[in-house]
Amino acid sequence: MDTPKAASPIRLILTLGLAGLFSGLITVLVYEWTLPKIEAHRAEALRQAVFEVVPGAQKLLALFRSEDGDWRAETPSARSGPAPDLFAAYDESGTFVGFALRGEGAGFQDVIRLLYGFDPEGKKLTGMRVLESRETPGLGDKIYKDPEFVAQWDDVRVEPAVELVKEATATGDNIIHAITGATISSRALVRIVNETNSNWLSELPDPATLKAEEVDG
Amino acid sequence: MSPSEVDMKAYEEFLKGIWRENPVFVQVLGMCPMLAVTNTAVNAIAMGGATTFVLLGSSFLISLLRRFVPKEVRISTYIVVIATFVTAADFLLQAIVPAVHKELGAFISLIVVNCLILGRQEAFASKHSVRFALADAAGMSVGFTIALFLLGASREVLGFGSLFGVPLFGSTFEPWVVMILPPGGFIMLGLLLLIGNAWKQRRLQASKLERRAA
Repeated sequence: MDTPKAASPIRLILTLGLAGLFSGLITVLVYEWTLPKIEAHRAEALRQAVFEVVPGAQKLLALFRSEDGDWRAETPSARSGPAPDLFAAYDESGTFVGFALRGEGAGFQDVIRLLYGFDPEGKKLTGMRVLESRETPGLGDKIYKDPEFVAQWDDVRVEPAVELVKEATATGDNIIHAITGATISSRALVRIVNETNSNWLSELPDPATLKAEEVDG
Repeated sequence: MSPSEVDMKAYEEFLKGIWRENPVFVQVLGMCPMLAVTNTAVNAIAMGGATTFVLLGSSFLISLLRRFVPKEVRISTYIVVIATFVTAADFLLQAIVPAVHKELGAFISLIVVNCLILGRQEAFASKHSVRFALADAAGMSVGFTIALFLLGASREVLGFGSLFGVPLFGSTFEPWVVMILPPGGFIMLGLLLLIGNAWKQRRLQASKLERRAA
């Protein structure tokens, strides 16, 4: 840096190449080291969110779907590993109260991951929580910070598909009012929920066939 | 310089960041995280801690490599180094304190573009030895964290009526909601700058008078 002579192109490329190499190495090392811990936190946050989106839920069953379409039920734990496809929620006496479905998709800035409760009898959502998002602070982050917007998801019918409306006066039992200034983020949520619905709703297992003895908080 | 003189100089580099060249109150740098995440004392300290980690790490590395990095690509190299530390801080916070990470959200990744950090690399670490670079980075970090904490604590006290989540005033206190919203950040920062500058002016006046009297 003290030499007045310009550095050769090779040296410039080499410097940046090395910087990139070490940066990549360190990033991967930290990622590998922190991943199990981050996954465990995520699993626990997911479990807690299920209790919030399914009213009356006291006990949970994590459901994994195998390649051939069978469902495997498991007591949810805070271990790392693949997150379950679905949760089935039961009240204290073991009566089925609803499913919780996970959805994810592109938001305004990064992937939005969310969880919502589904009542198969009433064919409606019973609540929604954004688990992870990087939406614009002050605007897009209202998708989880604005209590009024979040409360809209407590009772939304899914047939016909959930619709996003901008007019404050619009009414209907399958509509979500967009957040002013965060239309893209609001639309992303509606799209994620509708996509998840079309993927899973026809595939849901019959709650009666799930082994109740594995139900445990 | 004798060893004690070097120590003295390093100590001075450390001290200057806390008051005389405080990154927030004097240089008015790093305003984005300053205003965005300082609505509670805990958030302010977490942001200060993450920034400290990134600043110390980058200053150390860049000072160490200062003779090997050609000046044509120095800024790109600084940014790669800074971004690496920020990514590491992001993962570490997520693994250790997920609640804080959720609260700070996108602002952790935005430390990359905090001009305070790039500014210290260009203005100081790339021209001084590791020891001074670390002293400078530590001073700037402490100064930045103190400023964040002052802002965060005063906004939390007024906006939530609590400090570190502990209620201070009882149920009769009506929280100043504006203080936890973005405008509250600007108002409080303005007030703190006012107090700081008024105090500095007074000291300046006093020392002038003293000199004249002498």
